[in-house]
Amino acid sequence: MEKRVVFHGKLLPFLLLAPQLLVTLIFFYLPAGQAVWQSFLVQDAFGLSTEFVWFENYQILFSKADYYRTMLTTAIFSSLVAFFSLSIALLFAVQADKHIKFATGYKTLLIWPYAVAPAIAGVLWLFMFQPSLGLVSQSIRAAGFEWNPLLNQNHAMALVVMAATWKQISYNFLFFLAGLQAIPKSVIEAAAIDGATPMRRFWTIIFPLLSPTTFFLLVVNIVYVFFDTFGIIDAATQGGPAKGTETLVYKVFSDGKSGGDLGGSAAQSVVLMVIVIALTAIQFRYVERKVQY
Amino acid sequence: MNINRRLLCGAAFALSALATTPAFAQVELQWWHAMTGANNDVIVRLAEEFNQSQKEFKVVPTYKGSYPDTLNAGIAAFRAGNAPHILQVFEVGTATMMGAKGAIKPVQDLMKEAGETFDPKSYLPAITGYYSTVKGEMLSFPFNSSSAVMWINKDQFRKAGLDPDKPPKTWPEVFEAAKKLKTVSPTCGFSSAWITWLNIEQLGAWHNTPIGSKANGMDGFDTTFQINQPLFVRHLQNLMDLQKDKTFDYSGRTNTGEGRFTSGECPLFLTSSAFFGNVKANAKFEWTNAVMPYYPDVAGAPQNSIIGGASLWVMGGKKADEYKGVAKFFTFLSNVDRQVKLHTESGYLPITKAAYEKVKASGFYQQNPHLETPLIQLNNKEPTENSRGLRFGGLVQIRDMWAEEYEAALTGKKTAKEAMDAAVSRGNEVLRQFERTVSR
Repeated sequence: MEKRVVFHGKLLPFLLLAPQLLVTLIFFYLPAGQAVWQSFLVQDAFGLSTEFVWFENYQILFSKADYYRTMLTTAIFSSLVAFFSLSIALLFAVQADKHIKFATGYKTLLIWPYAVAPAIAGVLWLFMFQPSLGLVSQSIRAAGFEWNPLLNQNHAMALVVMAATWKQISYNFLFFLAGLQAIPKSVIEAAAIDGATPMRRFWTIIFPLLSPTTFFLLVVNIVYVFFDTFGIIDAATQGGPAKGTETLVYKVFSDGKSGGDLGGSAAQSVVLMVIVIALTAIQFRYVERKVQY
Repeated sequence: MNINRRLLCGAAFALSALATTPAFAQVELQWWHAMTGANNDVIVRLAEEFNQSQKEFKVVPTYKGSYPDTLNAGIAAFRAGNAPHILQVFEVGTATMMGAKGAIKPVQDLMKEAGETFDPKSYLPAITGYYSTVKGEMLSFPFNSSSAVMWINKDQFRKAGLDPDKPPKTWPEVFEAAKKLKTVSPTCGFSSAWITWLNIEQLGAWHNTPIGSKANGMDGFDTTFQINQPLFVRHLQNLMDLQKDKTFDYSGRTNTGEGRFTSGECPLFLTSSAFFGNVKANAKFEWTNAVMPYYPDVAGAPQNSIIGGASLWVMGGKKADEYKGVAKFFTFLSNVDRQVKLHTESGYLPITKAAYEKVKASGFYQQNPHLETPLIQLNNKEPTENSRGLRFGGLVQIRDMWAEEYEAALTGKKTAKEAMDAAVSRGNEVLRQFERTVSR
């Protein structure tokens, strides 16, 4: 006896899917398609003259050594931000998950920075680390360290990595905390009775059981650093000194905005899109295998 | 249910009434600008005064963010078909606006068609020259103009054993003074905001040396940069040498480093004359300003400085009566007494000769010599083709590229010549791209 409910006709399922499909189409495929189309054009900022050039924008892009340097900068920036924001958030979550006084208060405070807009985060950090007047840089210099993100690329990179990490920790913290609370206490207690040290319990039980959360966050964080950090970079360093903190998305933004080069900027955003799609695909193909659901 | 429906009907009725406002309404003129703080108050006050002075037109100012943001907002609005009537664009955006022939209405044509009395010769040539064609036709209306000057912390000068009433005149004198100043301010002898505007653009004009061919781009978009010439390389080399022990210390690409002067950290600081308001409000020491230094061995130096700031562009495709209102507003702005008031209160430079003469005659500059410094510079000599102004497409982005090269040189990653060569070739790429999109 067939007990499954079978819908006859194709209309209803399509109708039910339509709103979601429409949203995806209008807000994702349409702008993405426009970017692809724009990348084949050479156009002035006002849109008064347009020339179809096929792949010329891409040729120009890949013929420049600067572009590969920006890719390298992006790779360094992204790995640093992803590593630090994930590991620090995990540390905080594990600590906040313990039975301590005012746990709710700590949790709220830790989630707070997520509500700060990226550009404001950039400005905040800029103020604190401003080479001559910033509070933090004054104390760094008082300690005898020559802090100068205006001219030192490593200092500038450290500044934007710190700001971007700080901004993302809250989000990661929230998910890690939820993940930790979903781990059955009985498993951990059983291990404790068997004599496993807290460190061993963490690495053999908690960390593997958290892996779905960690994997999800890894994907989200990569997308965050690739797309969402240009506000921080624009406010703190403008990609400088001498391109030291110019990432791919910041270059898209500055070439399109201050350069008015929409074709070149669109070509870059298409390349960026391809990179992120590839990265996400690799993550799902290889990293996900190690995830234990 | 019934009540709701009635409410809805009422709302719909009210909306339709609004949409069909009768013909006696004023003509609204949208004015997008980038002014904050005290300068924003000036804009609001000007609009209010104009709106009260007549009934036919209403100027509505709207703040649109920083200079680049405002320019982009204007461009985006034009693409979407709802550009404002008046758009405030900073001086580096001049070529971008000028290249967009169908998108703008030249001020000269506007005034003529509206029948307003308009004599381009009554404006200060050092200011309007920047915004005019080679034939002298005014394209945009200068609004807030400034120039680059050297700001001096008199207290620190005295402490270092220097005479603040005899400020250094030449670059070698500045370097010597900065070495002495370093004994009292160890982290910064002297510095400069707007690194490329000061040390490339102004440097070129002040030394009657072109930074680009074709009269700095004024004669055509097929211009190329020439900033790898000896003057520019030597100046960068000097800054590089002095950066090593912080006799010169880099303060960033824009004016965010200006706080180093008002805080007392940098006793000698090159930046815009528009810094005046900030210095007056925040500096807790005796200060003054002086004309920019020059290299005495360069023939013709000092020539005249060029302006910074912004002008008002009239966007294309508007109705005739709207243009009439814009023209009336510009006549209103050019009024001698209004210019005098604007200049003496806000520190903006006056744009008409009559206003400058009137302030001069009133003896105002004896008490406020620092407000005359930029005017002395701008009018130092009759502008040449090297000092009339700049017209390079994409200059906003090019400035960033130049700043990147300066940063690479100051950190020792490149030699001065390598950096300026790269500044030329990277800048030229942008110029060619711009030329390609405007010439068709």
